[in-house]
Parts: sequence; structure tokens; C-alpha cells
Amino acid sequence: MKNISGAEAVIWSLINEGVDILFGYPGGAIMPVYDELYKFEDKINHILVRHEQGATHAAQGYARTSGKVGVAIATSGPGATNLVTGIADAQIDSTPMVCITGQVASYLLGSDAFQETDIIGISTPVTKWNYQITKASEIAEIFAKAFYIAKSGRPGPVLIDITKDAQFEILEKFEYNKCKQIRSYVSVPLINEKYLTSAANLINNAQKPFIVWGQGVILGNAENEFLNFINKSGIPAAWTILGLSAISTDHPLNVGMLGMHGNYGPNKLTNECDLLIAIGMRFDDRVTGDLKTYAKQAKVIHFEIDPAEINKNVKVDVPVLGNVKKTLKKILPLIKKKSHKNWVSKFRKLNDIEFNKVIDKEYNKKDGGISMAEVIKSVNNNTNGESILVTDVGQHQMVACRYTKFNLSKSNITSGGLGTMGFALPAAFGAKIGDKKREVIAVIGDGGFQMTIQELGTIYQNNTAVKIIILNNNFLGMVRQWQQLFFEKRYASTEMINPDFVAISKGYFIEASKVDKRKDLDSGIKKMLKHDGPYLLEVVIEKEENVFPMVPSGSSVADIRLE
Amino acid sequence: MKKINYTISIYTENNVGLLNRISAIFLKRHINIKSVTSSESEIHNVFRFILVVNVDEVQIIKLVKQIEKQIEVIAVFFHTDEETIFLETALYKVKSKSLFEERQIQNIIKESRANMVTVKPDFFVIEKTGWREETEDLYNKLRPYGLLQFVRSGRISVSKNTMEISKFLKTK
Repeated sequence: MKNISGAEAVIWSLINEGVDILFGYPGGAIMPVYDELYKFEDKINHILVRHEQGATHAAQGYARTSGKVGVAIATSGPGATNLVTGIADAQIDSTPMVCITGQVASYLLGSDAFQETDIIGISTPVTKWNYQITKASEIAEIFAKAFYIAKSGRPGPVLIDITKDAQFEILEKFEYNKCKQIRSYVSVPLINEKYLTSAANLINNAQKPFIVWGQGVILGNAENEFLNFINKSGIPAAWTILGLSAISTDHPLNVGMLGMHGNYGPNKLTNECDLLIAIGMRFDDRVTGDLKTYAKQAKVIHFEIDPAEINKNVKVDVPVLGNVKKTLKKILPLIKKKSHKNWVSKFRKLNDIEFNKVIDKEYNKKDGGISMAEVIKSVNNNTNGESILVTDVGQHQMVACRYTKFNLSKSNITSGGLGTMGFALPAAFGAKIGDKKREVIAVIGDGGFQMTIQELGTIYQNNTAVKIIILNNNFLGMVRQWQQLFFEKRYASTEMINPDFVAISKGYFIEASKVDKRKDLDSGIKKMLKHDGPYLLEVVIEKEENVFPMVPSGSSVADIRLE
Repeated sequence: MKKINYTISIYTENNVGLLNRISAIFLKRHINIKSVTSSESEIHNVFRFILVVNVDEVQIIKLVKQIEKQIEVIAVFFHTDEETIFLETALYKVKSKSLFEERQIQNIIKESRANMVTVKPDFFVIEKTGWREETEDLYNKLRPYGLLQFVRSGRISVSKNTMEISKFLKTK
């Protein structure tokens, strides 16, 4: 290609990477690229969000359901800084994302020009890689590197900052070559056969082995390999919140959720197993509780793609580095076919205790205010475990993840590591665009919903058929729960006087209704699901409900409380 | 676990912002960097940072992994003081008057094996290369005579054992 502008080179770079959708917001320093987008409307669809943060979360939702790299684009200055929360979220949750920001002209850099901000400096600690382009000749190579880095190995966000003069500059020649390797970057570490053998020996000799799996299984497209591994080994397995949906929630060896609000069995028995097999997870503190008392009795095997995660939080006996898709496949012939009936039944027995003390009371509630669990039950009854769940952050997130039935992978989209309130609404329409055939249901609290509420405008403009359930207790519920349990009920700034969510939704021309009685719940959910197009359902729920079980912050997983 | 000085050698591509990316790893963990030096390395177009930090063994291993994880970092090594040959250079600027009036100064310079870099009518400059204790010792001895300026470089070091960096690059 000859004599094209830097801005057009940006578009051709995106096209070369197979990008057909962008989430973004225009502004001064990125206008040349938007001018080219206007010409390339047939090749790249641009979704105009209402705030740049929404662009990043939408790109995340898109990436997680489609398995492709999500792309967000914004202008310099405030446009760029508004991306930062989403970038940090993508970094900690390993989501492949490329963010493109405009920048003031290169000759103005450092002059405190209008809408100049050092986005490279700001984004450095929260990106896998970032780069400032000041010459059009750099565009092809940097974009190729950016996409390769974002999606290879342990995925993550990359930011490319492009000065305005580089966008205007005319390139005599444009040639795009995809990046296949970078000499200073080892995307996936080599598999060490010796460790595979010792891992297999430990697995074959363990009496009470226990698998804890995370998002690595999903990111590595290793669902089948993982399923084969647990089916053959007969080992009970529990998930981190980002690992949820990798295998069916009804699988007989799926013993539930780990961590602070996870299930009773897997938390208790973490400290009873003789072998802990971590697969594509990073021992987050919300999963482990107090590390000094975490699985001390057990040998630990860690299947992991990122060497920096080995021994970071939990001391590992056998590190199995590599992509889990490959390592799980390789270890399969080395392990013996087994079943651990008695051991698995221990999980079931403990989970039965949880059922009696917690689950039954909220999932099958009969009087008083509607519980969050009942709403999820109604969703389960009407979706066959085949919809995509997008959650925000807080009580509703824990409840939705604890109770939603999943039969398909890449179905649980949530902000795990960063805990970003406001994530769900933009992530939901991104998720829907990433997998148009499937139903996308966003479950959001009244607090988080109001952090990115303006994205209703984006949903309306694009007629993106997401179903939004607002679980409204007029409280910042999770903080209120902590205040009740640990701050002697001093409810500092957690009660919310909320607007009329139905009216707001209708103000955005999105069909909406409100349910505040148990008898109307199921019909409300049915009506929502039947509606052709986006729909908002506000459910007024019990005002002061607590999420249990709970491992109090800093406690041992074995000290999980049921009430 | 005991905190000691570790010398971290980081071989990198030559890119704007890389120092920022590396220092952010320490900032995030609230760890002070005691000294930084950057220069070209023995390999064409490969740069080398030398950092000194005071941490324990568990921390240094985690830090090195985080540094290694950065895209443009080629390789990272860490060594204890015993495993490296290391030096710092210090410059001392003193009033010329004291050189002639205080006979003791000449003895101090001689005994410390420092070099006279320049002598001007109103000041002279001494250079001393060595361990921290040596440059500090000279600093303490000269200070009573009035130091106009003092500056000390970051640590430079080479490891006693080989660092397999050239071989690493050849395999790429």
C-alpha cells in the first residue's frame, strides 16, 4: 500500500488483525483515526459508548465471550485516563485487550498542551505492554506487536498511544506483517517433562487429592483436556470465580466455589486434602484466606503459564509450567484411572450442611422479602444453563456466581481481581456483541448500576439485546454486610436513596418493569427473556440480606462461617 | 528472613519508558531502590541496568520474576555481594586553599589512593573508586576541610560466574 496516512495505517493494521469491532469515544487527538473509520464503516463497526470506561469494559466482555482481542479507542487526556480502570481490570483478570489513545502532536509533548496527559506513564503499571507512536512508520510493527502480546501467553491489556502528527503523516509505503515472536518475550514457558512425571506420581499416590481451577482453563481453551483429566483421575474439583463455567456446574466432580463466599465443602477440605492441584489459577487472597494456615498439610502441584505466579503466594512442590491445554493433555496418559468415592462424598456431606443452613433458606425462600438467590433460581429455571451471566461487584455477584447453573464455557463474565463496580452494564453489551447467538443476562446491584448507568444509551443506540436485572436493596450491600459483622452496624454511607430505575430505563427507550412481590418474580423473568431487544427488570429484594458462607478477611479457609 | 544487599543485573532492549516500567515493580511493593546504573552491555544494542536493593531471599526471587516478565526485558540475574565484583566512583570537590594550608589533606589523598582529577586556582577535584566503605571513609576525612561538592555513582558490577546472556540471545 502506498501514500496512506498514519490514521489509515491504523485502520489497515486493525483489519489485518481481524478486528471488526471497536468500542470507543472520539475527541480532538484521535480525530484523524475517526475520520478514517467513517470511510471504513463497512469493515469496522464502531460502538459509541457514553464514557471511555465503558469502552474498556465492553472490550473485556467482548474478549471473554468471543475469545478474541477486545479493542477500545479514546482520545488523549481525559479520554485516555478514563480507560485506566478498565485496563487495570483487564490486567489483573488477564483479559486480552488493545487500547488505542490519541496523543497531542509530538512537538507538543511535555508542553502541557491541551488534553495532554502522560498516559504511557500512567498506564505502565497496569499494562502488559505499552508504547507511544510518534512516527507513522512505526504503526504496522507496533500494532502487530501489540496484538501478539495482548493475546499470547498469559493475556493482558496493551496500550498504544499515537501522536496526532503521526496520524496525519503520509506513509510512502505500508506493509503489515503479523508478529510471531519477540526475542525478549517468552509467551509460553517450555514444558519440563520431569515435573510432569513427578506431578503424575503425586496424583497417582494421593489419597485425598483436590483440584482448584481458575480462568487459565478457559483462556487456554482447555475445557476438554480439563474434563478428561478430572474424569480419569476422579478428583473433586472446585473453581475460582473466574474459572466458573469451564465445566458444567452439575458435573459430579464439580464440588463448588472456592474462597471468601465459596462453598462449605471445598473451603473446609482445602485444609484436609493431601494433594492440592492448582490449575490455571493464582491463589488470590480472596481464595486462600490466611496463607499461613492454607493447605499446609498438602503437597502442591501448580499448572501455570506465568512463571511469576509460581511460589508467589503458596509454596509449590511441583510447578508444571506451560499452557494447560498442552500440559493436561500430556499428563493424561501418565495418570491412573481412579475414583475417590469416599473423599468426594465428604465434599457432598459438607455441602449438604451448607444446603440446610444457607442455600435452602434463600434459594427456596417462601416469605419475607425476595432473596437474591430466588431471582437466580428463576433465571436458572428459564434459561437451561445456556445463557451468559454478567455480574457487577458485591453481594449480587457472589450470589449469582454461587447459584447460576452453567452448561457452557465462557459464560461467566465478571470483574474478579479488581472488583470494579460499574463493570457489568458495559461488559454485558460487549459480551453480547462477542457472542450474538446467546442470551446475555446482566445481574447488577443498585450501587454498581449507577456507576456506568449512562451506557443504557449505548445499548439503546445499538439495540443490543441484553437483559438487565437490577437487584435493588437500596444499599451498598456488601459494605453494609461488613459494617454489620465487623463495624458494629455503623452503616456509614451505605444506604442509597435511589432513582426510579424503570423510568430511567424507559427514558433511554429501553423496555423495563419492576417486581417487588414473590408471586410476580417468575413471570417478570419470563417476560424479560421473551422480549425482543434489550430489557431492564428491577427486582426489589430483601433490604438487609447477608451472603454466607463467609471466610472473614484474614481468616483461615477452614474457619468458614455459615452464619 | 534476613535482608541483605542484592545486585540485580537486567539485560533489556533499548526502549523509552523501560526504566519506568522496572521501577514501578518496586514502587508497587514499597521497596526502595538503593542504586541504579544503566549502560550499554557487552552485547551490541542490548542495555544493562544494575540495581541494588536491600531485601530478603524470598522477595528477591519474586522481584526478579516480575522484572523478567516485562516484555522488553531479555534476562535478569541477581547476586549477593560475595558473588560479584562491584565498585562505585565518588568525586570530591575541595577548595584549593585548603590543599596548601592543610598539609594533612595531601596525606589523606595519598593514603586513600585517590586520584587528583584536576587542580584549578580556586578548587581541586579528587576521584576515588572502590567500595562504599572506602568512598565513605574519604568523605568523612575530607569533610572537616570543607567539601564544595560530593557525588557518588551507582554501583557497577560484574558477576564472578558467567551470565548466560549471549548464549540466550543466540538461540533466539
